[in-house]
Amino acid sequence: MILTTTTIDKIKTRMARYPSHRSAILPALTEAYRQVGNLNPAIYKEIAKIIRVPYVEVAEAASFYTMFPKNETGRYLLQVCHNISCSLRGADNMLLYIQEKLGIKLGETTKDNLFTLISVECLGGCSAAPMLQIDDTYYENLTREKIDSLIADLRTNAAHKNQEAPSTATPDSDSTDSKDDV
Amino acid sequence: MEQVLFKYIDDPEQHKIERYIENGGYQALAKVFKDYKPNEVIDLVKSSGLRGRGGAGFPAGLKWSFVPKNSPKPKYLCCNADESEPGTCKDRVLMERDPHMMLEGIIICCYAINAHHAFVYIRGEFVFPAKRVEEAVEAAYAKGYLGKNIMGSGFDLDIIVHTGGGAYICGEETALLSSLEGDRGLSRIRPPFPAISGLYDSPTVINNVETLASLPSIFNNGVDWYRSHGTEKSPGTKVFSLSGNVKKPGNYEIELGTPLSYVINDLGGGMEDEQYKLKAIIPGGSSTPLLMPDQIDTPLDYESIAEAGSMLGSGAIIVIDERACMVWVAMKLINFYQHESCGKCTPCREGTAWLKQIINRIERGEGQNGDIDLIIDVCGNIMGRTICPLGDAAVMPTESIIKHFRHEFEYHIEHKKCQVKTDYPF
Ligand SMILES: Cc1cc2nc3c(=O)[nH]c(=O)nc-3n(C[C@H](O)[C@H](O)[C@H](O)COP(=O)(O)O)c2cc1C
Ligand code: SF4
Ligand code: FES
Ligand code: FES
Repeated sequence: MILTTTTIDKIKTRMARYPSHRSAILPALTEAYRQVGNLNPAIYKEIAKIIRVPYVEVAEAASFYTMFPKNETGRYLLQVCHNISCSLRGADNMLLYIQEKLGIKLGETTKDNLFTLISVECLGGCSAAPMLQIDDTYYENLTREKIDSLIADLRTNAAHKNQEAPSTATPDSDSTDSKDDV
Repeated sequence: MEQVLFKYIDDPEQHKIERYIENGGYQALAKVFKDYKPNEVIDLVKSSGLRGRGGAGFPAGLKWSFVPKNSPKPKYLCCNADESEPGTCKDRVLMERDPHMMLEGIIICCYAINAHHAFVYIRGEFVFPAKRVEEAVEAAYAKGYLGKNIMGSGFDLDIIVHTGGGAYICGEETALLSSLEGDRGLSRIRPPFPAISGLYDSPTVINNVETLASLPSIFNNGVDWYRSHGTEKSPGTKVFSLSGNVKKPGNYEIELGTPLSYVINDLGGGMEDEQYKLKAIIPGGSSTPLLMPDQIDTPLDYESIAEAGSMLGSGAIIVIDERACMVWVAMKLINFYQHESCGKCTPCREGTAWLKQIINRIERGEGQNGDIDLIIDVCGNIMGRTICPLGDAAVMPTESIIKHFRHEFEYHIEHKKCQVKTDYPF
């Protein structure tokens, strides 16, 4: 078993709210992703059993939704928006800067397994560009200095909370820097 | 300019139900239950002229009136909070800062169409906005604005917050329904329209966050008040997301009909760096055709923008200065649409893949003679031939960029490189 009882309970609670149990497939994938940090066939099997749908339906849905990584990633998945509004504010060069800083290419993970860098489509932070997302948090109006301190903070954070699951190791979502975007 | 949706947006407590009520919240709902029958709610929304803020600008009241009254099936409302059209970031702010305004609108709409289940479909990346909405829903249950016999009216309603998985197409209303039912987010052929047969084969209304959030103020202040804002055919106010090369990007609420130049120059502080002149504007989100600098005074209402050759769309204004090569802009956009095509119909799936390949090779300096005509040809084979509007959404900006900046594509193909390589500093 991969999914914890907490996750299974969350899935069941969600399922009970929908008029149709199949509607819980995406919420279940979301809960599983939150626990594990990525998705794989063994997880689909467990979800299929909980929701009482064929395995293939879960696998099919999972393959469609790109937000859930299907392979192991580093502890922090850096998702940099490369879409138009961010690009007009230097996202391409920001991506180069991060690659240089971490010594990895796009799609790669650092040797210490701490950072995976990918680029993604528009995250709805366009007025606070350039921006990136790590776990649940948006980091906006980024500059070189902000990237430097962000990466330093995450390194320290990881050193402190070495035993915790990925999602708990990030700053509180309340710190989402959305002040600037109104 | 009067702020309606953003009236309390800077109040750090506004997301809490106590503050929302203190600021006049849930009074519109009380009024609706007391003074209006469901069909009267629909009539009032019709006469307010409120139009959908998700992209198409369809009249909200009219949409609701398509829901069959005598169908024995349950009715549903889906609040579309998928917000993934590049440039658009307004619903996120409304949900983070004033989620009850949207919830109050949802309850009003559900009462009008006799729905007892509503879903808020929030894009999966919006963890914080979703948390705010979840908390607001819980608070509304606790205070009796949701659940059984709301405010003693005899009306019951449950709201379920559903988060997505990172697919732009799930903002398209029929794909949203597929996704909500547990399937891959594939669009569906219409008819049947969702109002007749939508979620779980039942009558379903899909409305954007901002559309629904506009409802409380209409009931609080009346149709005449609402219509005193905006224009005859585009009444009211709307939030515009301003991004790109301006000094002060941000979300700004204005009356419809306000000139684009006011948003860019007055609210947005003008060009990001005065050395670099305005080159083009995408006025309504990445799917809409360009407006050129000489069109900067176009009023921001559905009709005027259409007359100028573009669309108001989701109200995302993307300002592009002369540092951008337009081949590069076209590439950024087509890469997005190709990635987000749901793949159900051939013209869009194959067409966007072809466009991506051709535009990327031009950008790399490997363009071939005839590529521009090939792009136009492929566009023609997508436009109007697809199941959902994503295909058209990929074509419209592409065609428009070529129409206005064909010389940049020609230069690229001939010289195997840009006139000025795009290099926005970081
Ligand atoms: C590809 C595509 C993506 C869309 N994305 C969104 C979206 O993120 N949010 C939204 O409200 N409408 C979106 N729409 C429009 C919806 O299909 C639908 O028209 C809208 O939600 C209706 O609500 P409204 O009448 O209140 O605007 C999208 C349409 C298409 C074709
Ligand atoms: S137009 Fe594109 S996104 Fe829409 S149904 Fe066809 S393939 Fe899917
Ligand atoms: S374009 Fe980057 S967040 Fe929208
Ligand atoms: S920016 Fe035009 S070819 Fe690269």
